[in-house]
Amino acid sequence: MTLRLDARIPPGSLAEKWNRHRFEMKLVNPANKRRHTIIVVGSGLAGGAAAATMSELGYNVKCFCFQDSPRRAHSIAAQGGINAAKNYQNDGDSIYRLFYDTIKGGDFRSREGNVYRLAELSVNIIDQCVAQGVPFAREYGGLLSNRSFGGAQVSRTFYARGQTGQQLLLGAYQALECQIARGGVTMYPRTEMLDLVVIDGKARGIVVRNLVTGAIESHAADAVVLATGGYSNLFFLSTNAQGCNATAIWRAYKRGAAFANPCFTQIHPTCIPVSGEHQSKLTLMSESLRNDGRVWVSKKPGDKRDPRQIPENERDYFLERKYPSFGNLAPRDIASRAVKEVCDEGRGVGESGLGVYLDFADAIKRLGIDVIRERYGNLFEMYQRITDENPYEVPMRIYPAVHYTMGGLWVDYNLMSNIEGLHVTGEANFSDHGANRLGASALMQGLADGYFIIPNTIGDYLASSKPQKVDTTHAAFKAAEDEVEERTKRFLSIKGKRTVASFHRELGQILWHNCGMSRNEAGLRTALRKIPELREEFWRNVNVPGSDVELNQALEKAGRVADFFELGELMCLDALHRTESCGGHFREESQTPDGEALRDDENFAYVAAWQFAGEGKIPVLNKEPLVFENVKLSQRSYK
Amino acid sequence: MNLTLHVWRQAGPKAPGKMVVYQATDISPDMSFLEMLDVVNERLTERGEVPIAFDHDCREGICGMCSLMINGVAHGPMKGTATCQLHMRSFKDGDTVYIEPWRARAFPVIKDLTVDRSALDRIIQAGGFITAPTGGAQDANTILVPKESVESAMDAAACIGCGACVAACPNASASLFTAAKVTHLGLLPQGQPERYRRALEMVDQMDLENFGSCTLHGECQEACPKEISMDTITRMNRDFIRGRLIGTRA
Repeated sequence: MTLRLDARIPPGSLAEKWNRHRFEMKLVNPANKRRHTIIVVGSGLAGGAAAATMSELGYNVKCFCFQDSPRRAHSIAAQGGINAAKNYQNDGDSIYRLFYDTIKGGDFRSREGNVYRLAELSVNIIDQCVAQGVPFAREYGGLLSNRSFGGAQVSRTFYARGQTGQQLLLGAYQALECQIARGGVTMYPRTEMLDLVVIDGKARGIVVRNLVTGAIESHAADAVVLATGGYSNLFFLSTNAQGCNATAIWRAYKRGAAFANPCFTQIHPTCIPVSGEHQSKLTLMSESLRNDGRVWVSKKPGDKRDPRQIPENERDYFLERKYPSFGNLAPRDIASRAVKEVCDEGRGVGESGLGVYLDFADAIKRLGIDVIRERYGNLFEMYQRITDENPYEVPMRIYPAVHYTMGGLWVDYNLMSNIEGLHVTGEANFSDHGANRLGASALMQGLADGYFIIPNTIGDYLASSKPQKVDTTHAAFKAAEDEVEERTKRFLSIKGKRTVASFHRELGQILWHNCGMSRNEAGLRTALRKIPELREEFWRNVNVPGSDVELNQALEKAGRVADFFELGELMCLDALHRTESCGGHFREESQTPDGEALRDDENFAYVAAWQFAGEGKIPVLNKEPLVFENVKLSQRSYK
Repeated sequence: MNLTLHVWRQAGPKAPGKMVVYQATDISPDMSFLEMLDVVNERLTERGEVPIAFDHDCREGICGMCSLMINGVAHGPMKGTATCQLHMRSFKDGDTVYIEPWRARAFPVIKDLTVDRSALDRIIQAGGFITAPTGGAQDANTILVPKESVESAMDAAACIGCGACVAACPNASASLFTAAKVTHLGLLPQGQPERYRRALEMVDQMDLENFGSCTLHGECQEACPKEISMDTITRMNRDFIRGRLIGTRA
């Protein structure tokens, strides 16, 4: 029982595809739009922008988020910036160059058609955001300012200090609140999606839990959009917010949606190192810091000297040494692995030896402390608050951490999954970043999906599928509600000895050591043995206190961790099957003589889309071949 | 380090609440305040008690979800710092720490330390936006914005909507929150057409939500984790008065 995965990439040259597709898509008559209800789960850039824009078009939108307000979505934490091929700097940028950089950055594991459209729409995003009042950085003459970012040799990143994600999200949030006030969007905060309802093969609604009262409720619609973000939190320690979870996409997977490339996870090179057992999350230091900061360690292993006492000729600026043309701006996967390598050689810094220096001394000498403060002041303050060290005087210590997941639910060019009517946007889908995402591209994708793609493609779906009327009295809703209810009661009835967090931490350790920055067959097999054992103990020995008819944060967490166990296993299975290295997926068995990722295009130039086959059964692997008509597949080089 | 905590416990919106004493032992100074509470909650769970409910999410000071009154100070003793970024090294071994929810008529308690801040969303709904439906925007560089204006706008736009200003204010006024948005949008050329209407409608909504009035105590500015200046309130008042007296035409 394999799926027929048709990406539905429109014909024609890259530059023609989206334009032509927009013309060929069917439209919904303006007067009929309000008769269609669309559910959007998630209120970040991809969800909030979609909900607001579809309401502007006239659709009746219901938007859900687990936080207390749509403004809290984790898009808010993105720091560095958003890419756009505006070529305002006259430095040789173009839509094609952004497209090429993104395809290459993703190590040739994404679709040409999708990525080109993303690059094309990037310019509209900046226009839209400026119109909304996003306070992007400016030059003295009033024009927009840009900076460079990892994996690119042009300056195409727009930014609002170190809070770009916050400002873009507030733009989308304000547009959303405006639509809520006008009645086009009904907002359901503190509400978590716990199941997807599929009727006659079409996504027709969701089952949610009201997190304040505990009530289980159903919502019916003509189409469902999941914009629920990524699954980095399955590693326990990641840069994601505490609430980020995979439950919505995992429930959809169990209802039949294919999960694509789950092993493609991004480890970000510049995070504040772990300080102890108690740690609940890792904090990212924006990649933009690598514009002016230099990454180094001592040439000698075990060098415990104060970094300021280590003379220049005893330092190894290893990124500049290994990648002279990109230097400190090497892409994330490459920089992370280089950091791991020097730490494995015993040259890491800090108490744990898991860290390298990110040094601003040269930049301060060259530009003055005021310029550095203006560029990175808020990041430096954040660093000092967490570590109690002053980065203006002592080099920062950084170490890689899980940050983003390129994998997600499989979608076609219209951002629709293999379940009709179920659309997936932003980090929750798999489509644009291949095996590695470039910096400042997540915000771009979330907003391209939310503002410009889904509001167009959803109309085509509604106009061509003409969904029959369905309401929540349908038996499928009742059945899904019962399942959710039963699962909730089960968590509360186990009354074991261990907390949810203790299981989550242990799962995270298994995944970090066996399916983290580098992976090998033996490690993955170990993980695939340990995860089911731990999951079995979880269902026997977890302790979830409280009841299901109130705000119960332990219960919420239990549901999310239970899903992480299953997704973690799928991730390892995917990593085991993909015996090549590509982007963030580094299989030790497949590397070049100088230790770089070695792809196997002959056997692995495809999207691995896994399909649920029933509890306890091995999921079915479906392959969508990747066809490259415009770019030549090459060994990625940043030297 | 060891601490004695007095924590507000309240089972639900209508239940009576009270302070309950807990011992937080073996706390590392490198822990964040919320990680300290995680440890307390883990131990409560192991003892079969219901853990303390508190709002939190990003834990890097940007989402605005965390909201604790620590020893009577919104977000605790460290200036310009949200609760999640406060570390235990700001306390001493043996300290007694009082932890309460935001207290304001407009922020009813949901459970323990969590409150309902949806009133802030409704203030934004009343006018905290620039009407710019997707698709109609011109090239971004056709709008010139002086660097000074955008920097001041960004200072105000940094608001994380946590509600500390309300919690800190003796009148429980949401003036700093509202003024930050009025200032951010009002300083930009794109925000001019709706500028005076925005100020009028947001201030009216603030009153409808049962927030108090501003009497310029300045506690909000002291408590704000993003150190937003009270000057924004002056600006809001000016736009409000101009709108009321002359009309909302820009």
